[in-house]
Amino acid sequence: MQKRIKLPLTDKDIKELKAGDSVLITGTLLTARDAAHKRLFELIEKGKKLPVDIKGQIIYYVGPAPAKPGHTVGPAGPTSSYRMDKYTPSLLDLGLKGMIGKGARNKDVVDAIVKNNCVYFAAIGGAAALIAKSIKKEEMLCYEDLGTEAIRRYTVEDFPCIVAIDCEGNNVYETGPLKYRK
Amino acid sequence: MEIRCIKADAVTKTVKKLFMDCNYYIGNDIMGALENSYTTENSPIGKNVLAQIIKNDKIAAQEKIPVCQDTGMAILFVEYGDKVVIEDGCFNDAVNEGVRQAYNDGYLRKSVVSDPVFDRVNTKDNTPAIIHTKIISGNTIKITAGGKGFGSENMSAIKMLTPSYGVEGVKKFVLDTVFKAGPNPCPPIVVGVGIGGTFERAAQLAKKATFRSIDTHNEDRRYAKLEQELLSEINKMGFGPAGLGGSTTALGVNIETSPTHIAGMPVAVNICCHAARHASAII
Repeated sequence: MQKRIKLPLTDKDIKELKAGDSVLITGTLLTARDAAHKRLFELIEKGKKLPVDIKGQIIYYVGPAPAKPGHTVGPAGPTSSYRMDKYTPSLLDLGLKGMIGKGARNKDVVDAIVKNNCVYFAAIGGAAALIAKSIKKEEMLCYEDLGTEAIRRYTVEDFPCIVAIDCEGNNVYETGPLKYRK
Repeated sequence: MEIRCIKADAVTKTVKKLFMDCNYYIGNDIMGALENSYTTENSPIGKNVLAQIIKNDKIAAQEKIPVCQDTGMAILFVEYGDKVVIEDGCFNDAVNEGVRQAYNDGYLRKSVVSDPVFDRVNTKDNTPAIIHTKIISGNTIKITAGGKGFGSENMSAIKMLTPSYGVEGVKKFVLDTVFKAGPNPCPPIVVGVGIGGTFERAAQLAKKATFRSIDTHNEDRRYAKLEQELLSEINKMGFGPAGLGGSTTALGVNIETSPTHIAGMPVAVNICCHAARHASAII
Protein backbone atom coordinates (compact mmCIF):
# COMPACT_ATOMS: atom_id res chain seq x y z
CA MET A 1 0.00 0.00 0.00
CA GLN A 2 1.34 3.39 -0.93
CA LYS A 3 0.50 6.32 1.31
CA ARG A 4 0.03 9.75 -0.30
CA ILE A 5 1.63 12.58 1.66
CA LYS A 6 1.62 16.35 1.12
CA LEU A 7 4.43 18.79 1.87
CA PRO A 8 5.07 20.70 4.05
CA LEU A 9 4.88 17.97 6.70
CA THR A 10 3.38 18.80 10.09
CA ASP A 11 4.82 17.28 13.27
CA LYS A 12 1.76 15.04 13.37
CA ASP A 13 2.32 13.89 9.74
CA ILE A 14 5.90 12.96 10.63
CA LYS A 15 4.84 10.95 13.68
CA GLU A 16 2.53 8.87 11.48
CA LEU A 17 5.32 7.87 9.07
CA LYS A 18 6.86 4.49 9.91
CA ALA A 19 10.13 3.07 8.61
CA GLY A 20 9.35 0.83 5.63
CA ASP A 21 6.23 2.75 4.49
CA SER A 22 6.00 3.33 0.74
CA VAL A 23 4.92 6.91 0.11
CA LEU A 24 4.07 9.18 -2.82
CA ILE A 25 5.17 12.74 -2.05
CA THR A 26 3.43 15.83 -3.44
CA GLY A 27 4.45 19.44 -2.81
CA THR A 28 7.61 21.55 -3.02
CA LEU A 29 11.08 20.61 -1.86
CA LEU A 30 14.60 22.02 -2.03
CA THR A 31 17.52 20.39 -3.81
CA ALA A 32 21.07 20.43 -2.46
CA ARG A 33 24.09 18.11 -2.50
CA ASP A 34 27.77 18.19 -1.55
CA ALA A 35 28.94 21.65 -2.63
CA ALA A 36 25.73 23.49 -1.59
CA HIS A 37 25.80 21.76 1.81
CA LYS A 38 29.39 22.85 2.32
CA ARG A 39 28.43 26.48 1.66
CA LEU A 40 25.34 26.34 3.91
CA PHE A 41 27.39 24.75 6.68
CA GLU A 42 30.08 27.41 6.46
CA LEU A 43 27.42 30.13 6.81
CA ILE A 44 25.93 28.37 9.85
CA GLU A 45 29.38 28.11 11.45
CA LYS A 46 29.91 31.86 10.97
CA GLY A 47 26.44 32.55 12.39
CA LYS A 48 25.27 34.09 9.10
CA LYS A 49 21.80 33.96 7.50
CA LEU A 50 21.20 31.21 4.92
CA PRO A 51 20.24 32.22 1.36
CA VAL A 52 17.17 29.92 1.50
CA ASP A 53 14.69 29.34 4.30
CA ILE A 54 15.03 25.69 5.30
CA LYS A 55 12.52 25.80 8.17
CA GLY A 56 9.86 23.13 7.71
CA GLN A 57 11.41 22.08 4.38
CA ILE A 58 12.60 18.79 2.87
CA ILE A 59 15.96 18.66 1.05
CA TYR A 60 16.36 16.26 -1.88
CA TYR A 61 19.98 15.20 -2.47
CA VAL A 62 20.18 15.46 -6.24
CA GLY A 63 22.34 16.80 -9.03
CA PRO A 64 20.14 16.49 -12.11
CA ALA A 65 21.28 15.92 -15.69
CA PRO A 66 20.36 18.76 -18.09
CA ALA A 67 16.80 18.78 -19.41
CA LYS A 68 16.28 17.92 -23.06
CA PRO A 69 14.17 20.47 -24.96
CA GLY A 70 10.52 19.78 -24.15
CA HIS A 71 11.33 18.21 -20.76
CA THR A 72 10.76 20.02 -17.42
CA VAL A 73 13.87 18.52 -15.86
CA GLY A 74 16.53 16.05 -16.85
CA PRO A 75 16.95 12.68 -15.12
CA ALA A 76 17.08 13.41 -11.38
CA GLY A 77 17.68 10.44 -9.10
CA PRO A 78 19.03 10.60 -5.55
CA THR A 79 22.73 10.77 -4.72
CA SER A 80 24.41 8.98 -1.76
CA SER A 81 23.35 10.64 1.48
CA TYR A 82 26.27 9.72 3.74
CA ARG A 83 28.39 12.44 2.15
CA MET A 84 26.03 15.00 3.69
CA ASP A 85 26.20 13.41 7.18
CA LYS A 86 28.74 15.97 8.39
CA TYR A 87 26.34 18.84 7.63
CA THR A 88 22.87 17.36 8.26
CA PRO A 89 22.55 17.61 12.09
CA SER A 90 23.12 21.40 11.97
CA LEU A 91 20.43 21.79 9.32
CA LEU A 92 17.95 19.66 11.28
CA ASP A 93 18.66 21.72 14.41
CA LEU A 94 17.75 24.83 12.37
CA GLY A 95 14.33 23.47 11.44
CA LEU A 96 14.83 21.30 8.33
CA LYS A 97 12.17 18.56 8.61
CA GLY A 98 13.58 15.86 6.38
CA MET A 99 15.76 14.62 3.57
CA ILE A 100 15.35 12.44 0.49
CA GLY A 101 18.43 10.53 -0.62
CA LYS A 102 19.81 7.04 -0.86
CA GLY A 103 21.85 4.86 1.44
CA ALA A 104 22.76 4.72 5.10
CA ARG A 105 23.23 7.66 7.54
CA ASN A 106 25.57 7.84 10.52
CA LYS A 107 24.53 7.85 14.17
CA ASP A 108 24.76 11.65 14.51
CA VAL A 109 22.18 12.04 11.75
CA VAL A 110 19.84 9.40 13.21
CA ASP A 111 20.11 11.07 16.64
CA ALA A 112 19.33 14.50 15.14
CA ILE A 113 16.33 13.02 13.28
CA VAL A 114 14.92 11.66 16.55
CA LYS A 115 15.75 14.78 18.57
CA ASN A 116 14.03 17.13 16.08
CA ASN A 117 11.11 14.89 15.04
CA CYS A 118 12.26 14.56 11.42
CA VAL A 119 12.24 11.88 8.71
CA TYR A 120 14.64 10.47 6.11
CA PHE A 121 13.19 9.11 2.88
CA ALA A 122 14.93 6.79 0.41
CA ALA A 123 14.39 7.28 -3.29
CA ILE A 124 15.53 4.59 -5.73
CA GLY A 125 19.12 5.19 -6.83
CA GLY A 126 19.43 4.91 -10.59
CA ALA A 127 15.72 5.44 -11.29
CA ALA A 128 16.46 8.95 -12.50
CA ALA A 129 14.41 8.94 -15.71
CA LEU A 130 11.37 7.60 -13.86
CA ILE A 131 11.68 10.07 -10.95
CA ALA A 132 11.95 13.00 -13.39
CA LYS A 133 8.35 12.20 -14.45
CA SER A 134 7.11 13.24 -11.01
CA ILE A 135 8.93 16.59 -11.05
CA LYS A 136 6.52 19.14 -12.48
CA LYS A 137 8.34 22.43 -11.99
CA GLU A 138 11.87 23.63 -11.32
CA GLU A 139 13.02 27.02 -10.03
CA MET A 140 16.62 28.12 -9.50
CA LEU A 141 17.03 29.53 -5.98
CA CYS A 142 20.74 30.13 -5.41
CA TYR A 143 24.34 29.02 -6.03
CA GLU A 144 23.70 28.89 -9.78
CA ASP A 145 27.49 28.89 -10.28
CA LEU A 146 27.52 25.33 -8.93
CA GLY A 147 25.68 24.09 -12.03
CA THR A 148 24.05 20.75 -11.29
CA GLU A 149 24.82 21.29 -7.58
CA ALA A 150 22.85 24.58 -7.32
CA ILE A 151 19.94 24.88 -4.89
CA ARG A 152 16.63 24.57 -6.73
CA ARG A 153 12.99 24.29 -5.75
CA TYR A 154 11.15 21.31 -7.23
CA THR A 155 7.40 20.96 -7.33
CA VAL A 156 6.73 17.21 -7.26
CA GLU A 157 3.64 15.07 -7.68
CA ASP A 158 3.52 11.50 -6.42
CA PHE A 159 7.31 11.21 -6.05
CA PRO A 160 7.80 7.54 -5.00
CA CYS A 161 9.90 7.11 -1.84
CA ILE A 162 10.26 4.78 1.11
CA VAL A 163 10.46 5.96 4.73
CA ALA A 164 14.01 4.86 5.56
CA ILE A 165 14.50 6.37 9.03
CA ASP A 166 11.44 7.48 10.99
CA CYS A 167 11.17 9.94 13.89
CA GLU A 168 11.72 7.16 16.42
CA GLY A 169 15.00 6.19 14.78
CA ASN A 170 13.74 2.96 13.20
CA ASN A 171 16.02 2.35 10.23
CA VAL A 172 15.13 0.20 7.21
CA TYR A 173 18.77 0.14 6.09
CA GLU A 174 19.44 -1.89 9.25
CA THR A 175 16.27 -3.93 9.65
CA GLY A 176 15.60 -4.67 5.92
CA PRO A 177 18.86 -6.49 5.11
CA LEU A 178 18.78 -8.41 8.44
CA LYS A 179 15.49 -10.07 7.39
CA TYR A 180 17.11 -11.50 4.26
CA ARG A 181 20.65 -12.20 5.54
CA LYS A 182 21.57 -15.90 5.46
CA MET B 1 50.24 -4.83 -43.18
CA GLU B 2 49.96 -1.34 -44.64
CA ILE B 3 49.74 1.82 -42.63
CA ARG B 4 46.12 3.00 -42.38
CA CYS B 5 45.11 6.64 -41.94
CA ILE B 6 42.07 7.43 -39.78
CA LYS B 7 40.73 10.95 -39.53
CA ALA B 8 40.59 12.47 -36.04
CA ASP B 9 36.99 13.37 -36.78
CA ALA B 10 36.07 9.68 -37.21
CA VAL B 11 37.41 8.99 -33.71
CA THR B 12 35.46 11.94 -32.29
CA LYS B 13 32.21 10.83 -33.94
CA THR B 14 32.59 7.25 -32.71
CA VAL B 15 33.37 8.32 -29.14
CA LYS B 16 30.42 10.74 -29.10
CA LYS B 17 27.99 8.04 -30.22
CA LEU B 18 29.34 5.47 -27.74
CA PHE B 19 28.89 7.77 -24.73
CA MET B 20 25.38 8.83 -25.76
CA ASP B 21 24.33 5.23 -26.49
CA CYS B 22 25.73 3.73 -23.30
CA ASN B 23 23.99 6.36 -21.17
CA TYR B 24 20.59 5.94 -22.86
CA TYR B 25 20.45 2.21 -23.53
CA ILE B 26 21.17 -0.26 -20.76
CA GLY B 27 22.78 -3.46 -22.09
CA ASN B 28 20.79 -6.64 -22.75
CA ASP B 29 22.93 -8.45 -20.17
CA ILE B 30 21.82 -6.08 -17.39
CA MET B 31 18.19 -5.93 -18.51
CA GLY B 32 18.04 -9.72 -18.68
CA ALA B 33 19.52 -10.06 -15.19
CA LEU B 34 17.13 -7.42 -13.78
CA GLU B 35 14.10 -9.19 -15.28
CA ASN B 36 15.31 -12.54 -14.01
CA SER B 37 15.91 -11.09 -10.52
CA TYR B 38 12.40 -9.66 -10.51
CA THR B 39 11.01 -13.19 -10.69
CA THR B 40 13.35 -14.59 -8.01
CA GLU B 41 13.45 -11.67 -5.51
CA ASN B 42 12.00 -12.64 -2.10
CA SER B 43 11.34 -9.20 -0.65
CA PRO B 44 8.18 -7.27 -1.64
CA ILE B 45 10.02 -3.91 -1.37
CA GLY B 46 12.90 -5.41 -3.36
CA LYS B 47 10.53 -6.58 -6.08
CA ASN B 48 8.96 -3.14 -6.23
CA VAL B 49 12.40 -1.51 -6.53
CA LEU B 50 13.40 -3.87 -9.36
CA ALA B 51 10.14 -3.09 -11.18
CA GLN B 52 10.91 0.64 -10.91
CA ILE B 53 14.46 0.15 -12.19
CA ILE B 54 13.23 -1.90 -15.18
CA LYS B 55 10.56 0.74 -15.92
CA ASN B 56 13.20 3.47 -15.58
CA ASP B 57 15.58 1.82 -18.03
CA LYS B 58 12.78 1.39 -20.58
CA ILE B 59 11.73 5.06 -20.28
CA ALA B 60 15.36 6.14 -20.75
CA ALA B 61 15.74 4.10 -23.96
CA GLN B 62 12.40 5.29 -25.36
CA GLU B 63 13.01 8.96 -24.66
CA LYS B 64 16.77 8.85 -25.34
CA ILE B 65 17.63 10.27 -21.92
CA PRO B 66 20.24 8.95 -19.46
CA VAL B 67 19.17 6.05 -17.22
CA CYS B 68 20.88 7.82 -14.30
CA GLN B 69 21.59 11.51 -13.70
CA ASP B 70 25.15 10.56 -12.78
CA THR B 71 26.38 10.02 -16.31
CA GLY B 72 29.77 9.45 -14.80
CA MET B 73 33.36 10.07 -15.64
CA ALA B 74 34.11 9.04 -19.20
CA ILE B 75 36.30 5.93 -19.31
CA LEU B 76 37.68 4.25 -22.42
CA PHE B 77 39.53 1.00 -22.98
CA VAL B 78 41.26 1.29 -26.33
CA GLU B 79 42.99 -1.37 -28.40
CA TYR B 80 45.02 0.72 -30.78
CA GLY B 81 46.43 -0.98 -33.87
CA ASP B 82 50.11 -0.14 -34.38
CA LYS B 83 49.57 0.46 -38.12
CA VAL B 84 47.07 3.28 -37.52
CA VAL B 85 48.01 6.91 -38.04
CA ILE B 86 45.61 9.67 -36.96
CA GLU B 87 45.22 12.35 -39.61
CA ASP B 88 44.66 16.01 -38.72
CA GLY B 89 45.05 15.68 -35.01
CA CYS B 90 46.03 13.51 -32.10
CA PHE B 91 44.11 10.52 -30.76
CA ASN B 92 43.64 11.70 -27.17
CA ASP B 93 42.38 15.14 -28.28
CA ALA B 94 39.94 13.49 -30.68
CA VAL B 95 38.63 11.28 -27.86
CA ASN B 96 38.17 14.23 -25.50
CA GLU B 97 36.37 16.16 -28.25
CA GLY B 98 33.99 13.20 -28.61
CA VAL B 99 33.35 13.21 -24.86
CA ARG B 100 32.78 16.98 -24.93
CA GLN B 101 30.25 16.67 -27.77
CA ALA B 102 28.44 13.70 -26.23
CA TYR B 103 28.00 15.37 -22.84
CA ASN B 104 26.97 18.72 -24.35
CA ASP B 105 24.79 17.62 -27.28
CA GLY B 106 23.47 14.51 -25.53
CA TYR B 107 22.20 16.30 -22.38
CA LEU B 108 24.50 14.28 -20.12
CA ARG B 109 25.59 15.63 -16.76
CA LYS B 110 28.99 17.28 -16.50
CA SER B 111 30.47 15.84 -13.33
CA VAL B 112 34.21 16.49 -13.55
CA VAL B 113 36.11 19.05 -11.45
CA SER B 114 39.54 20.26 -12.55
CA ASP B 115 41.35 20.08 -9.21
CA PRO B 116 40.49 17.33 -6.71
CA VAL B 117 41.30 19.10 -3.44
CA PHE B 118 41.50 22.89 -3.59
CA ASP B 119 39.53 24.43 -6.47
CA ARG B 120 36.97 21.75 -7.37
CA VAL B 121 35.74 23.83 -10.30
CA ASN B 122 33.61 22.02 -12.87
CA THR B 123 35.31 21.67 -16.27
CA LYS B 124 31.81 22.07 -17.79
CA ASP B 125 32.32 19.49 -20.56
CA ASN B 126 33.07 16.32 -18.57
CA THR B 127 36.66 16.16 -19.85
CA PRO B 128 39.27 14.92 -19.39
CA ALA B 129 38.35 11.31 -20.11
CA ILE B 130 40.22 8.42 -18.50
CA ILE B 131 41.84 6.63 -21.44
CA HIS B 132 43.44 3.18 -21.09
CA THR B 133 45.33 2.42 -24.28
CA LYS B 134 46.83 -0.89 -25.27
CA ILE B 135 48.89 -1.01 -28.46
CA ILE B 136 48.06 -4.12 -30.46
CA SER B 137 49.20 -5.42 -33.82
CA GLY B 138 46.84 -4.34 -36.61
CA ASN B 139 45.22 -1.44 -38.42
CA THR B 140 42.00 -0.91 -36.47
CA ILE B 141 41.05 0.88 -33.27
CA LYS B 142 38.65 -0.88 -30.88
CA ILE B 143 37.05 1.36 -28.30
CA THR B 144 34.98 0.25 -25.32
CA ALA B 145 33.48 3.25 -23.57
CA GLY B 146 31.53 3.63 -20.38
CA GLY B 147 30.31 6.28 -17.96
CA LYS B 148 31.08 5.44 -14.35
CA GLY B 149 29.03 6.98 -11.58
CA PHE B 150 30.73 7.75 -8.29
CA GLY B 151 28.12 6.42 -5.87
CA SER B 152 29.58 3.01 -6.58
CA GLU B 153 33.11 4.13 -7.51
CA ASN B 154 33.53 5.52 -3.97
CA MET B 155 32.80 2.06 -2.54
CA SER B 156 35.71 0.41 -4.36
CA ALA B 157 38.93 -0.77 -2.69
CA ILE B 158 42.34 -2.29 -3.33
CA LYS B 159 44.54 -4.43 -1.12
CA MET B 160 48.06 -5.73 -1.58
CA LEU B 161 47.48 -9.33 -0.48
CA THR B 162 50.50 -11.63 -0.33
CA PRO B 163 50.66 -15.20 -1.70
CA SER B 164 49.95 -17.01 1.57
CA TYR B 165 46.46 -15.47 1.70
CA GLY B 166 45.45 -17.79 -1.18
CA VAL B 167 41.98 -17.94 -2.67
CA GLU B 168 40.37 -17.64 0.77
CA GLY B 169 42.09 -14.28 1.25
CA VAL B 170 40.79 -13.09 -2.13
CA LYS B 171 37.24 -14.15 -1.25
CA LYS B 172 37.38 -12.47 2.14
CA PHE B 173 38.60 -9.17 0.74
CA VAL B 174 35.97 -9.09 -2.02
CA LEU B 175 33.15 -9.97 0.39
CA ASP B 176 34.35 -7.52 3.06
CA THR B 177 34.45 -4.72 0.48
CA VAL B 178 30.94 -5.46 -0.79
CA PHE B 179 29.60 -5.79 2.77
CA LYS B 180 31.12 -2.48 3.79
CA ALA B 181 29.55 -0.82 0.74
CA GLY B 182 26.13 -2.05 1.87
CA PRO B 183 23.25 -0.01 0.44
CA ASN B 184 25.37 2.87 -0.90
CA PRO B 185 26.50 1.76 -4.40
CA CYS B 186 22.93 1.39 -5.78
CA PRO B 187 22.40 -2.36 -5.57
CA PRO B 188 21.84 -4.65 -7.37
CA ILE B 189 25.50 -4.14 -8.21
CA VAL B 190 28.04 -5.53 -10.65
CA VAL B 191 31.34 -6.41 -8.98
CA GLY B 192 34.57 -6.14 -10.95
CA VAL B 193 37.57 -7.92 -9.43
CA GLY B 194 41.13 -7.47 -10.67
CA ILE B 195 43.72 -9.92 -9.35
CA GLY B 196 47.46 -9.83 -10.00
CA GLY B 197 49.81 -7.46 -11.80
CA THR B 198 50.92 -4.48 -9.76
CA PHE B 199 49.06 -1.91 -7.62
CA GLU B 200 47.77 0.04 -10.62
CA ARG B 201 47.27 -2.95 -12.92
CA ALA B 202 44.96 -4.66 -10.43
CA ALA B 203 42.79 -1.53 -10.24
CA GLN B 204 42.68 -1.25 -14.02
CA LEU B 205 41.71 -4.92 -14.36
CA ALA B 206 38.90 -4.47 -11.85
CA LYS B 207 37.50 -1.63 -13.93
CA LYS B 208 37.90 -3.68 -17.09
CA ALA B 209 35.98 -6.49 -15.40
CA THR B 210 32.99 -4.18 -14.81
CA PHE B 211 33.02 -3.39 -18.55
CA ARG B 212 32.62 -7.07 -19.44
CA SER B 213 29.08 -8.34 -20.05
CA ILE B 214 27.73 -10.16 -17.00
CA ASP B 215 26.51 -13.06 -19.12
CA THR B 216 30.14 -13.99 -19.86
CA HIS B 217 32.52 -15.89 -17.56
CA ASN B 218 36.25 -15.90 -17.00
CA GLU B 219 37.83 -18.30 -19.51
CA ASP B 220 39.73 -20.13 -16.76
CA ARG B 221 37.24 -22.53 -15.14
CA ARG B 222 38.70 -21.96 -11.67
CA TYR B 223 38.03 -18.22 -11.86
CA ALA B 224 34.62 -18.78 -13.47
CA LYS B 225 33.74 -20.93 -10.46
CA LEU B 226 35.04 -18.24 -8.11
CA GLU B 227 32.82 -15.67 -9.88
CA GLN B 228 29.79 -17.87 -9.20
CA GLU B 229 30.75 -18.54 -5.57
CA LEU B 230 31.25 -14.85 -4.83
CA LEU B 231 27.93 -13.94 -6.49
CA SER B 232 26.12 -16.49 -4.40
CA GLU B 233 27.81 -15.31 -1.16
CA ILE B 234 27.04 -11.65 -1.93
CA ASN B 235 23.39 -12.45 -2.50
CA LYS B 236 23.22 -13.98 0.98
CA MET B 237 24.12 -10.59 2.53
CA GLY B 238 20.51 -9.47 2.35
CA PHE B 239 21.06 -5.86 1.22
CA GLY B 240 18.80 -6.39 -1.78
CA PRO B 241 17.62 -3.84 -4.37
CA ALA B 242 18.38 -0.27 -3.24
CA GLY B 243 19.78 -1.77 -0.02
CA LEU B 244 16.32 -1.93 1.57
CA GLY B 245 16.49 -5.70 2.09
CA GLY B 246 16.20 -8.63 -0.29
CA SER B 247 17.90 -11.49 -2.08
CA THR B 248 19.27 -9.54 -5.08
CA THR B 249 22.34 -7.59 -3.97
CA ALA B 250 24.48 -8.31 -7.05
CA LEU B 251 23.67 -9.14 -10.67
CA GLY B 252 27.12 -10.40 -11.53
CA VAL B 253 30.75 -10.81 -10.48
CA ASN B 254 33.45 -10.57 -13.15
CA ILE B 255 37.09 -11.44 -12.47
CA GLU B 256 40.09 -10.45 -14.61
CA THR B 257 43.60 -11.61 -13.81
CA SER B 258 47.20 -10.87 -14.74
CA PRO B 259 50.63 -12.37 -14.02
CA THR B 260 52.15 -10.90 -10.88
CA HIS B 261 55.35 -10.80 -8.77
CA ILE B 262 56.56 -13.81 -6.72
CA ALA B 263 55.93 -11.80 -3.54
CA GLY B 264 52.50 -10.42 -4.37
CA MET B 265 48.79 -11.02 -4.99
CA PRO B 266 47.13 -7.60 -5.38
CA VAL B 267 43.33 -7.62 -5.39
CA ALA B 268 41.17 -4.70 -6.47
CA VAL B 269 37.40 -4.55 -6.20
CA ASN B 270 35.59 -2.04 -8.39
CA ILE B 271 31.90 -1.83 -7.58
CA CYS B 272 29.44 -0.72 -10.24
CA CYS B 273 25.75 0.15 -9.75
CA HIS B 274 22.93 -1.59 -11.67
CA ALA B 275 23.38 1.03 -14.39
CA ALA B 276 26.51 -0.75 -15.63
CA ARG B 277 27.01 1.14 -18.86
CA HIS B 278 29.39 0.24 -21.64
CA ALA B 279 29.38 0.19 -25.44
CA SER B 280 31.98 -0.83 -28.03
CA ALA B 281 32.90 0.01 -31.60
CA ILE B 282 35.69 -0.80 -34.03
CA ILE B 283 37.05 1.86 -36.38
